[in-house]
Amino acid sequence: MSQTIQFNLNGKAVFLKTDPMRRLLDVLRDDFSETGVKEGCGEGECGACSVFLNGKLVNSCLVAVGSITGMNVETIVHFQHTQAYRIIEQAFSDAGSVQCGFCTPGMVLAAYALLKENPDPDETDIREAISGNLCRCTGYNMIVDGIKLAAKKGDGKW
Amino acid sequence: MVKSYHPETLEEALKILVETHCIPYAGGTDLMVRYRQGPGLVPNFDRPVMFIGHFPELTAISEKNGEFSIGACVPYRDIIRHPHTPEILRQACSLIGAPAIQNLGTMGGNICNASPAGDTLPPLSVLDATLTLRSVSGERKVSFLSFFTGPGKSILRDDELLTCIHFRLPHFTVEGYRKVGTRKANALSKIAFAGFMLKEKDMLSDVRIALGAVAPTIVRSRELENRLIGQPVAELAELMPDLLKSYGKLIQPITDQRSDANYRKTVSLRLIKNFVLKEES
Repeated sequence: MSQTIQFNLNGKAVFLKTDPMRRLLDVLRDDFSETGVKEGCGEGECGACSVFLNGKLVNSCLVAVGSITGMNVETIVHFQHTQAYRIIEQAFSDAGSVQCGFCTPGMVLAAYALLKENPDPDETDIREAISGNLCRCTGYNMIVDGIKLAAKKGDGKW
Repeated sequence: MVKSYHPETLEEALKILVETHCIPYAGGTDLMVRYRQGPGLVPNFDRPVMFIGHFPELTAISEKNGEFSIGACVPYRDIIRHPHTPEILRQACSLIGAPAIQNLGTMGGNICNASPAGDTLPPLSVLDATLTLRSVSGERKVSFLSFFTGPGKSILRDDELLTCIHFRLPHFTVEGYRKVGTRKANALSKIAFAGFMLKEKDMLSDVRIALGAVAPTIVRSRELENRLIGQPVAELAELMPDLLKSYGKLIQPITDQRSDANYRKTVSLRLIKNFVLKEES
């Protein structure tokens, strides 16, 4: 029962003839080669598949593509061309926030989701903001440091 | 492959519902996990699905003169951010999943799942919420507690949608919410507690207590609350042993992968005791 579904991916309208119950995660990876969107747990626990849906952070493994008709999807691949990304990237690099890198796209988006609403977060705010993102390498402290550094470097310009 | 519907209006959705008895899909955070098959595979829904998360009537949240109305498809995040959301409901929503899930998941879904561990259920129970259920043949309003009939079971007919949750902002001097889980984020409750008390002139004028995840449905007893109402605050401690014995009969937890019955019961009774004897903050 394929249907044509229209949504905006990274600023461009896309039309897709597919099963509306497919996960947005699979559509992004398999149909649009958006491999920056990772699959970790597939059940909303790990945050590796995070994307922005109408500007809000969501787990793309929990989204049926038929539910996003007309909405805007932004992935890490598009976000990397922004000034905000460059600040977070540099801060993560300086703080040693990246080891294997699998959680990093989700962490970066979660960090931005926090900073654009709360440019001066304390440690509790940061830990809450990344509470849906699992990292098995860093022990989180270095990611928290990276976000603190990004907040300082970004200086409210989110 | 199941059929799926994306109706333009709520009226159209109600017609599709009565004709197809499809699964209403709002946030999808439970459904997509329940039916998931794995990477690259389409979740194996066993019935047609209808997307309902986009109707303005179901996604509005309003507060007027203390009367709160929350559309069934309002995501948790919007409830958390509303300036007048009662603190116990805000805390319950904040402890569901993590931010990315709170952006999708809805309170209507939490209610209709009717899980004994649904985190918004204890606060809505002590808020004496009312639910509006709509079908093509009309709408009915039901009291919150009468909605649930067992684990995963409710009085919602398969031609009905929960459209709105209403409650009146209460006047209380003490409120308490506590979720006992393995970790703060993404944990399902072992026990959830919500309570309100109104202490006036050293008397307990009103009290409401609800517990989740410790019985087939939410534990709330007006009869036991009435034993405390009108009592001097100084004498509440004396009433505790008998009261906890009575609550112990209502608290009938199970042992599962998250916790065991004995732990759940012990902690539940302590939560009640600590709350009732709590000083005003």
